[in-house]
Amino acid sequence: MSELSEYRKREQSITLEPLDEPLIAPVDEEESSQELLTLNMGPHHPATHGVLRLLVTLQGEVVRDIKPVIGYVHTGIEKTAEDKSYWKVIPVVERMDYLAYYFNAMAFCGAVETLLEVQVPPRAQYLRVIHMELNRIMSHLVWLGTSALDLGAISMFWYCFREREAILDLFEMSSGQRMHTRYFQVGGVIEDIPKGFTEKLRKFTKIMPTRADQYGDLLNKNEIVLQRLRGTCPLDAETLLSFGVTGPLLRAAGNPWDLRKAAPYCSYGDFDFKIPVGTVGDNYDRFAVRLAEIYESVKIIDQALEGLPEGPYITEDRKVALPPRHELATSMEALIHHFKLVTEGFRVPPGEVYHPIESPRGELGCFVRSDGSSKPARVHMRDPSFVNLQSFSRMAEGSYIADLIATLAMLDPILGGIDR
Amino acid sequence: MEIKREPIDPAGGGPHIDGDALRVRRLNSRQLLRGAEVEGPNAAAHLEGTDFERYVEERVLTTTLEKATAWARSNSFFPATFGLACCAIEMMSIVAARVDVARFGFEAFRASPRQADLLILSGRVSIKMAPVVRRIYDQMLEPKWAISMGACCSSMGVFNNYALVPSDKFMPIDVHVPGCPPRPEALMHGVLKLRKMVQDDPEMGWRERYEAIGTEEVLPGA
Repeated sequence: MSELSEYRKREQSITLEPLDEPLIAPVDEEESSQELLTLNMGPHHPATHGVLRLLVTLQGEVVRDIKPVIGYVHTGIEKTAEDKSYWKVIPVVERMDYLAYYFNAMAFCGAVETLLEVQVPPRAQYLRVIHMELNRIMSHLVWLGTSALDLGAISMFWYCFREREAILDLFEMSSGQRMHTRYFQVGGVIEDIPKGFTEKLRKFTKIMPTRADQYGDLLNKNEIVLQRLRGTCPLDAETLLSFGVTGPLLRAAGNPWDLRKAAPYCSYGDFDFKIPVGTVGDNYDRFAVRLAEIYESVKIIDQALEGLPEGPYITEDRKVALPPRHELATSMEALIHHFKLVTEGFRVPPGEVYHPIESPRGELGCFVRSDGSSKPARVHMRDPSFVNLQSFSRMAEGSYIADLIATLAMLDPILGGIDR
Repeated sequence: MEIKREPIDPAGGGPHIDGDALRVRRLNSRQLLRGAEVEGPNAAAHLEGTDFERYVEERVLTTTLEKATAWARSNSFFPATFGLACCAIEMMSIVAARVDVARFGFEAFRASPRQADLLILSGRVSIKMAPVVRRIYDQMLEPKWAISMGACCSSMGVFNNYALVPSDKFMPIDVHVPGCPPRPEALMHGVLKLRKMVQDDPEMGWRERYEAIGTEEVLPGA
């Protein structure tokens, strides 16, 4: 038997008797709180809502500096879009902000329609509104579920995903896909809503407000949630505006800026709805504004369903939209249009356009420059998550690291949109 | 092995006994099989003859340790909580109420790769992210498996451009799930395929599965 190693000797000498003097010298609190610690969070971190990497400088438990590092899901979407004809770009841009796919498609289609000067029929506009508002609810539900998960409330996740499934069933009914539906076309929507869709949607809009009430009851009276959200990381509207922040974050600070009201597009002017605003601009206001938006979206859907006009669901302009399937068998002209659209795509007159819409996270703008060919010369997206993330370090500086997680959850960044 | 489920027949060999006594005898037989002490007033009574043989046949199963561990492993994967892009949302919904992956024992998502044995690559892997993904996979303890979910990380999908890299280029993948993004049901199907694979395939390390013995990283000087 060889000699016992130094480690084993020490291990065997351990007794359970109390020590005369403490093993670790008591920490001088004054001194230790001065020391800075740089902590790397992510890119693989469950609370960062994607592959965001944060370099956090801590002083004790207080956050002193945050540097977000992005680019971990850079997909080259804008560059890919330059290589595809206009109608083939839609599925590519849809995959940017992957919780707001209808909005991505709407921003791009709206920009191209402005360049083409195509009139979108009213029925198509109403159908777009219905789907976008459903998408907004769905996005807020995923945000609510995952954010509550970050705060430790696991049951919210199941409730929110239950309603999300109901919305995705509707999307599947109208377009055949759950996510990235490619339902919006340049000039309208690809298909009319199927039979039974309105009944199912009515059922959903009837039940959704009561469900949102339940979420409110669960969280608004929850001491832990209130402690973690109330008064943490507030930022005033002026500072937010200086960063270019839009959407629920800005509205939580009291500025009622909403593009649906400020610059109505897609017949949003027809609907009667309110814009929820906060007062303080803390995390609780950000939460409350989004929860209130769910009710408003339901109201818009109800009105759109009530006043859904009859008529075509896509523009009659054969140079832009595919002819109906049955015409291909009888009309030579339709066949030629179909062939041209599928092989080359439509040509767009030269010009530049910026088309902003209100996505669940703020102003989502699409800039398209056309050189007259059938492929865009440049597609750029102003993604709200990217811009909103810049205000993050200002929000969380000086707060505790636990509040940083809560603030990031209430910021609701989507990394697919940030990195593109 | 075929197991016949027939009621124990009083005429089949043993003496005729009524219901209550039969229950006592069965319970006592069970204690005998377990090697436990038989207690009670009727301690001596247990099933006899062909009844007893059939009773044993129905309750004892022989297997190999390998098969038993494979069965246990394949029914309790611990996936890593790791989402990349769109598919991550659909990956989250397999935990939710509709598909409920907990039915098959996969619901325990682990935030640390050291505690996980299944990596679901859910989304697009950019060139910047690939080393991170590989590091996470390397940190997982053997035996470990990987599912490539969706078109992007299997074949770069609709993008197919400079920024992305298919996951097969930098790590071994066991199951590819097609779709953009795949439905939760499709991912579920992939997970069940993996379960079948683990049950049938005794090779637990990925080096054995992919004939990669000898590719271990050797520290200089070791």
